[in-house]
Amino acid sequence: MSHLLMCPPDYFGIEYEINPWMRLSNQSNPDRARAQWRHLTQVLQNETGAKLEFMTPIPGLPDLVFTANAGAVHDGTAVPSRFRYPERQQEEQHFMEWFTQHGYDVIPLDQGMFFEGAGDLLGFPDCWVGGYRQRSDIRAYDRLSEIFRNRILAVELVDQRFYHLDTCFCPLSGGELLYYPPAFDAYAQTVIASQVAPEQRFAVPPLEADRFACNAVCVDRHVILPTGCPETIAWVTAHGYTSHPVELDEFLKAGGSAKCLTLTLD
Amino acid sequence: MATQTVILQGHIIDSLILAKVLDAIVMLGGTFTLPEVAIGTRREDLSHATIRIDAPTAEGLQDILTAIQPHGAVVETEQNCTVAPAPADGIFPEDFYATSHLTTHIRWQGAWIEVPQPEMDLAIVVNPSIPSARMIPMGSVKQGDLIVTGRTGIRVFPLERPKERDIFGFMEAQVSSERPHRHIIADIAKRMKTIQQFRQGGHRSATVLLAGGPAIVHAGGREALAWIIDQGLIHVVFCGNALAAHDMEASLYGTSLGYSLGVGRSVPHGHEHHLRTINRVRALGSIQKAVEQGVITDGIMAACVRQRVNMVLAGTIRDDGPLPDVITDASKAQEAMRAAIPGVELALLVASTLHAVATGNLLPASVPTVCVDINPAVPTKLSDRGSFQAVGLVMDSSSFLRELARELGWKG
Repeated sequence: MSHLLMCPPDYFGIEYEINPWMRLSNQSNPDRARAQWRHLTQVLQNETGAKLEFMTPIPGLPDLVFTANAGAVHDGTAVPSRFRYPERQQEEQHFMEWFTQHGYDVIPLDQGMFFEGAGDLLGFPDCWVGGYRQRSDIRAYDRLSEIFRNRILAVELVDQRFYHLDTCFCPLSGGELLYYPPAFDAYAQTVIASQVAPEQRFAVPPLEADRFACNAVCVDRHVILPTGCPETIAWVTAHGYTSHPVELDEFLKAGGSAKCLTLTLD
Repeated sequence: MATQTVILQGHIIDSLILAKVLDAIVMLGGTFTLPEVAIGTRREDLSHATIRIDAPTAEGLQDILTAIQPHGAVVETEQNCTVAPAPADGIFPEDFYATSHLTTHIRWQGAWIEVPQPEMDLAIVVNPSIPSARMIPMGSVKQGDLIVTGRTGIRVFPLERPKERDIFGFMEAQVSSERPHRHIIADIAKRMKTIQQFRQGGHRSATVLLAGGPAIVHAGGREALAWIIDQGLIHVVFCGNALAAHDMEASLYGTSLGYSLGVGRSVPHGHEHHLRTINRVRALGSIQKAVEQGVITDGIMAACVRQRVNMVLAGTIRDDGPLPDVITDASKAQEAMRAAIPGVELALLVASTLHAVATGNLLPASVPTVCVDINPAVPTKLSDRGSFQAVGLVMDSSSFLRELARELGWKG
């Protein structure tokens, strides 16, 4: 059973601009945000059977809702994030406290070694992929590789709109991959192509990439993704997955969607 | 040319990060070498690459570093070298750095300084006021000289293959009497002619060195060698008392160690000839005077004097006489030989174990070197003593010199 960490959007809002999606002039609607988030939790619990954990929201930390950026978690070990932007650095202590209080073996990275958690570190059981250049520092993956004793292939993110790996790269439970190739440099595209067979990967069309189709949550054979992504839904359905489109536009205003709002704990 | 070494680590092979960094260096006009690449053996193991970057300018290097640092390239932390004062004249500090004959740089106050004229088995003395560094023999050090110690802040460059595609380009000590010699001798002749042209073009400091033993005279190589010297193709000669004595004995008596060079047998009282030769030259004051006064008219020494060859004669404990030119203080002889090394572009070490090893000890590894001896143990010994750049040629010295002279145009 999947085990996910989430944080209610009680204090969510657009309070600064640290990615091209955020505009102070394009505020989110708190009621709509809460309703969308609640709908996401219902789909996860009722449709996929995922077990959810909830963090306590903190005033003044609007992005704490994006728990994918809490850190990297594997086999009872948690490496909390080190955020690049000062606006999010205050979140670090809260994520660290949560991991500590819940019995994780917490290994912090050195100060100044930026790493933004599962937002930038994803992959398949035997091959992890780490996004760098936008938020995380490539050198963090050397340390993470040592901590988790796993191979991590570093891939360069070249489009500021897809600033985290989880905005353009979504591995599915059966080994398939949804991704948006233009978000990666040519070397990274070659590396991804070498890891996943052509029939196993789906290059999301640009309009659906802009809808954050790749910011999907895969729980067993269920794919929870933002609305407005018909081609992606058709592809995952053809590959035996049940799709669950969820309206998450209020969070897209901050540059996040379904995946950003969850952290896989197992 | 600006140089910087960087370290790259991670899963740099299968993530193509190494390829990306190397491509970036080349695209920005730099070149690179990979002195060290260690590839992880298990899936989770990190790989490491040490990348030495050369760029045409300091700005170009900075552009390259700026471009590759986001991909994880880390500028190698460079430490200054450490020094300690020599505790007394002739004594190095305890932890002194022992040199090799490879190009060596030391890092002093944040900058790399090349140590000129590398030579094995010396120490490095730093002059902090210029700043500069040079290699220094143990016997020459003065109390208080700042001597480089330990191993940090020192870099030694591996020998680069010469651009010329001749035998010296392969850098292998060919110690075998079974291999054909002709192409090796042809390559040596070609180099000698190139150096001669270079000198004629105004580069008088470029020289060919010959270190030789008396077997050259005994075996019949005297005429050929004298001809080569007379052509202005050899500019520095290292030898001992014996080569000079027997060469001049041949001029005065037609014998070498009492054997008639003409008929090949001993002549009555022939064993005295070299003593009488030495005595004669001692009476005249020097080899140069013996030649200039017409006493010695032919042979190697006469050619050397005529061509103003820089000769260093080093003595040994078995010498008769010795000749007045022989330096009998071994340390002073070594100093005189060392002083003649700068500018040597080709070294021929012929038929002398002692002088071959002594000369090999003084030569930078970058100098193309040939060791010719009928005994394969000699080139092997030279190589074992560290002069790995020497090409060994197992053959009779007379045959070698005659073939070399013919390659150079000798009609004898």
